[in-house]
Amino acid sequence: MKIKATLENYVFVLPAVTIFAIFYIIPFIWVLQLGLYEWDGIMPTKIFIGLSNFKEIITDKIWWQSFGNAAYITFIALTFQNALAFLLAWACDREIRMKNFYRLVFFLPPVLSEVVVGLVWQWILDGNYGLLNQWLVHLGFPNLVRNWLSDPNTAITAVALVHSWKGFGWGFLIFLAGLQTIPRELYEAARVDGANAWQSFKKITIPLMIPVTVLVVILTILGTMQAFVLIIAMTGGGPAYHTDVPTLRILASMRGSSRFGYACAQGITFGVILMVISFIQYRFSKKART
Amino acid sequence: MSVRRLICSLGFLVFSGLFLSNILGCSGQKGSSKPTITVWHWMTDREPAFKELAGWYEAKYGVKVNFDLYAPSDAYLQKVRAAAQGANLPDIFGILGEKRDFASFIKAGYILDLTPYMQENSNAWKDSFFSKALAVNEFNLGDSYGVKPGIYGAPIDIMTIQMVYNKSLFKQLGLNPNRPPQTFAEFLEIGKKIKEAKLQGLVSGWGEIWMIDCLANNYAFNIMGKDKVIATIKGEVPYTDPDWIKVLSLFKEMQESGILAYGLVTMVNKTAEQLFANERAVFAFNGSWCVNVYKGMNPRLDYAAFLPPKVSDKYPMAIWGGAGSSFMVSARSKNKEEAVKFLRWPTERDQQAYLAQATNNLPANKESLDQIASVLQSFAKAMDSATHPRIWGVSEFSPVIEALDKGIQSIIIGEKTPKQVAEQVQRIKERELAKKR
Repeated sequence: MKIKATLENYVFVLPAVTIFAIFYIIPFIWVLQLGLYEWDGIMPTKIFIGLSNFKEIITDKIWWQSFGNAAYITFIALTFQNALAFLLAWACDREIRMKNFYRLVFFLPPVLSEVVVGLVWQWILDGNYGLLNQWLVHLGFPNLVRNWLSDPNTAITAVALVHSWKGFGWGFLIFLAGLQTIPRELYEAARVDGANAWQSFKKITIPLMIPVTVLVVILTILGTMQAFVLIIAMTGGGPAYHTDVPTLRILASMRGSSRFGYACAQGITFGVILMVISFIQYRFSKKART
Repeated sequence: MSVRRLICSLGFLVFSGLFLSNILGCSGQKGSSKPTITVWHWMTDREPAFKELAGWYEAKYGVKVNFDLYAPSDAYLQKVRAAAQGANLPDIFGILGEKRDFASFIKAGYILDLTPYMQENSNAWKDSFFSKALAVNEFNLGDSYGVKPGIYGAPIDIMTIQMVYNKSLFKQLGLNPNRPPQTFAEFLEIGKKIKEAKLQGLVSGWGEIWMIDCLANNYAFNIMGKDKVIATIKGEVPYTDPDWIKVLSLFKEMQESGILAYGLVTMVNKTAEQLFANERAVFAFNGSWCVNVYKGMNPRLDYAAFLPPKVSDKYPMAIWGGAGSSFMVSARSKNKEEAVKFLRWPTERDQQAYLAQATNNLPANKESLDQIASVLQSFAKAMDSATHPRIWGVSEFSPVIEALDKGIQSIIIGEKTPKQVAEQVQRIKERELAKKR
């Protein structure tokens, strides 16, 4: 009877395990394996080259430049995007009019298609017929007019800000949920004890929001480092390599150069770096909480 | 209770099995006395015309032909590679990418050698094509690809990539609308007028790097000749050679003269086509497929094509041209003979004329040329000046092409000098050569 029950359980689990194995585990193992080979994605034979792909990655300046670009976009997301998300969540958590409407509006950008957002912002930032430049001229700042996405001085920042605009809604939602879990009694008790708004914020809100902030920070880093669609829609990685990011480099190795092995090695390196960042962050946050 | 649970388990298993078989593409094939030919392609604009041809073919020969469209081209490229790995290639398909990828498909045994069919009836099929269109699908003795010499594909249409100019805007600038610039100096001179008139100059999809590569190679042929370009690809001439620096300097000169449109370095070809079709740009660097695109965007657009204005008289100006799209027959197809028979049919004179009229692309069959629109004929005339990396017998390394193209973008945005770019490209070339050795 026990064996029958066990078998039955396995039968229920089997389809999910099979699907998971086919679409996640086996491809993952193949990627690990392919990283050690030179392969063009067409020939049935692959050439084993050991760790050569990984050695090449270490000296690949463009790869590390793309990492720097992704890190810059992530920095903007961690600071500007999350600060904005927190402030708006904090505002919506208070008793203000039409707060449900604001919640809806703030969560609209994340649900929009990244390609659509990219193309709309490309149109707004266009150097020739873009809305931003037209507004700048109307407002009396013609000296600020430029081609925001083709100028190497502004391209990456423009992409980072659009990415932040697109992504702050997620942070807003998580921060808002976190703020709503803080018991109101704590604020009332603090008020009775004579604490002002700043003191309540500093001594109650911030400490209790640390776990939520850690979650938002980890999600922001992982999400932003892998940003891809928005960039390809807005600049395609250009001008030159100024908005290139690791995922675009992986795609270029695979599709542009037909170097599947190298692309897999890049993917593994990228994944390991993200895991290390997340782990370090997790350890720091654990320390901060204790 | 346990019976119900068992039925539930079995039902769950059956459902999962069906789901898996569907997603893995293991659905059964229906038996039929006549074979069905399956063709995979990526050409959204040609889909209705292909379907029409398939209908005519079925009515005439009783063989059903399914044209399956997989777009965009990037997705198609991956689909074909994945199908090759899974031994699921259709009877007929096209290959996108560089010639070395094409060679890999042949070496892996995925593509049928069409040479015997081309040579039937005293080369009747072979001779019906423009030689340069066929050359794209040909491998010769001494090529660097290691493929058995032969013809491995049939061109459906051809293309040339050259300059086009807006005649109305030419008039507006006080220029002769029937005389495009003949020399590079004249071209730059027009740039100054464009700047004064606050119009956009040259637009092109230089955000998608291969089009920069195309123009750079055009000028490389004009400045140093074919042999030196090929020698560079073989690694015998460095990119730091003065002639290559001269090629790179042309982009700096174009930028300084004002002939290049604002934001050109991140411009995708679709945007460039919109700007030119909406009469906001005086010049465009585009392929002959633009005739169809411009017609759709602005049927009244008055424009003509011309060769990129030459820099030197030492060597002729060369443009990229040849097969726009070609089809190959799967060597593992069960319907090889029927597939070859079908592939021959749309390349015949009448079907080619229909395709040219329906899709505004240049026919690959040279006998169908007299039936095409005049703008298209101006593109066709340039076939004499056409060349293509796929017929050079040797391919440049992809990282070198990328470095050259991104380097040109850096020159245009004023970040690097032509010499710096040449040195950077040469460093990458040497690295790739060392790896190959």
